[in-house]
Amino acid sequence: MKKGIALVVLTILFAWQMVSSYAIQRFPKPEFESGYITPETLLPTPRAEILEVMDVAVLLLALSVVTWAVLKRRSRNLVFWISIFSLAYFGFYREGCVCSIGSIQNVTLAIFAGSYVIPWTVLVFFLSPLVYTLLFGRTFCAGVCPFGAFQDLVSWRPQKIGTRLNAVLGVIPYIYLGLAVLYAATATDFIICRYDPFIGIFRFDALFSMFIFGGILLLCGVFIARPYCRFLCPYGVLLNWISRFSKYHMTITPSICVECRLCEDSCPYESIEKPVTVKNPESRKMVVRKFILIMLLIPFFMLLGGWTGSQIHESLAKVNGKVRMADELLHPEKIQAEPESIEMTAFKASGKSVKELYNEASRILRQFYIGGWILGGFIGLTIGGLLAGRLITRYRTDFEPNRGTCYSCSRCVDYCPIKS
Amino acid sequence: MRSLQPNLTVNMNNKNRRLDNMNGKGEEKRINRRKFFRTGAQTGLLIGLGGIATLAARKAGSNEYVWQLDPTKCTQCGRCATSCIKTPSAVKCVHVYAMCGYCDLCGGYFLPDTKTLNTGAENQLCPTKAIKRTFIEDPFFEYTIDEEVCIGCGKCVKGCGAFGNGSLQLQVRQDRCDNCNECSIARNCPSDAYSRIPVDQPYLLKGFGQKNLDIK
Repeated sequence: MKKGIALVVLTILFAWQMVSSYAIQRFPKPEFESGYITPETLLPTPRAEILEVMDVAVLLLALSVVTWAVLKRRSRNLVFWISIFSLAYFGFYREGCVCSIGSIQNVTLAIFAGSYVIPWTVLVFFLSPLVYTLLFGRTFCAGVCPFGAFQDLVSWRPQKIGTRLNAVLGVIPYIYLGLAVLYAATATDFIICRYDPFIGIFRFDALFSMFIFGGILLLCGVFIARPYCRFLCPYGVLLNWISRFSKYHMTITPSICVECRLCEDSCPYESIEKPVTVKNPESRKMVVRKFILIMLLIPFFMLLGGWTGSQIHESLAKVNGKVRMADELLHPEKIQAEPESIEMTAFKASGKSVKELYNEASRILRQFYIGGWILGGFIGLTIGGLLAGRLITRYRTDFEPNRGTCYSCSRCVDYCPIKS
Repeated sequence: MRSLQPNLTVNMNNKNRRLDNMNGKGEEKRINRRKFFRTGAQTGLLIGLGGIATLAARKAGSNEYVWQLDPTKCTQCGRCATSCIKTPSAVKCVHVYAMCGYCDLCGGYFLPDTKTLNTGAENQLCPTKAIKRTFIEDPFFEYTIDEEVCIGCGKCVKGCGAFGNGSLQLQVRQDRCDNCNECSIARNCPSDAYSRIPVDQPYLLKGFGQKNLDIK
């Protein structure tokens, strides 16, 4: 009997100890006799939400003012000063984050990845420049984007590099955009942010390699105006295509072009189209032949690109940490790291089974396979389209800005002798 | 608009141009066609933008988000110190005093093979000596983190977790964090401990639920 009671008491005691040791810590909090009061753990708050709202307000205001300066005031000076403000605010004060260029990835991730919630401010940063561009052309590039403003500031001796090189380098943004969307859609990486050349300069703090990259771009920018905007910017691709159909795009002359050719060399971006009055009239036969060639060329390039993309999808997927991990586990002979990598240690500590990881990795690989086809097809379409564009001769009578590549910086407006 | 410019230029070009009809009507037709095409494209683009906007807006939150690391997933690999775009990192060791045992032999403060328990530099685990040890009463000591000096390497966190209560925890200090669009520590974190969390509950401390964060 006694034994029984003792057992029950012991059991209760033991159970109590189990519960209490679970509830409190290994070393219980001491009871101080000296009147010591436990200090509070300070938890500093993030940037106030109202300031985020202010960013959006400043963005919309800057867009509106610069659009007014370009289209109504037609003043290069004003555009310049707004761009300086934007550089100071969005660049050095906000340290380049969040920006419209990077927001492409947030929007992509929001559309494709299940759990990601996109803040509404980011959505506004993505959409408002696009809407403004559809109405008024790329005024965003003229004076709101801090990257553009930064490069504009240093373009002291812009040289022409020729239409051909321009066209070849102009393919890079399309590839960059395609890759950025692919990596964002598979929730792998935000490569636009990762390889952002100027953000380190805005923050006075970055990896050495990114400082070098930014420095080289700025140095190039002295002689080749806006190298990032023209040959890298993925957001520029969207703006380019929307701007081509903009409703009220800036014009060089406010009324008529007298073909004085003063504006011809004013554009540092080689975006002024010269008048093409008939030099070599094309026969109908030639036109039809060209059309057929284009129609065959584009699908061919798309298929070729898509096939190539699908072939290299495994290499593309290596950027993804989970795929890399699964690959490492599948091919242990490849690993030379001794001791084992931090990733491997963390994976073993996580308690996740290898099978789970393989399943996840194969799901991601499948996404990359489809993504590889789409990416390749997109690049093929781009190259085909650009080639087709070169086959088409457009006639125009005046000096006009190329609506796609014109940043509405209004330099040419200053050169135009016609003021009303 | 500009297509209605003085007839002069239009006529001048018609002389040279080979159009379907060699008169003003042909030009007009062409302009109308172009205009129609342009309006169509504008409408198409507007619809496309609207589509993207609605797709994204379905997932849009009214909240802002910040980066935070979950101490329950953290393996103290030390990358928080090196991967942050800021130097020193915005990740710091945070001391949750309410969980601390105030031990004399603190696993987060002393190197494992320490012989004498004093504040000698050779005894300290922290590479930057960011932890201050103050005597309170026998046998208890208070440990405070000097965040200006802390680099967020997590060595003390590992020690405290292994030998003590786990009151030292790594957290993204929200006043220091730039809240990058993509956190470069999150990208390099081997334990997947980083996530975006709503700005109104910006800390994830272990041992205390999010709701009772008013630990005094």
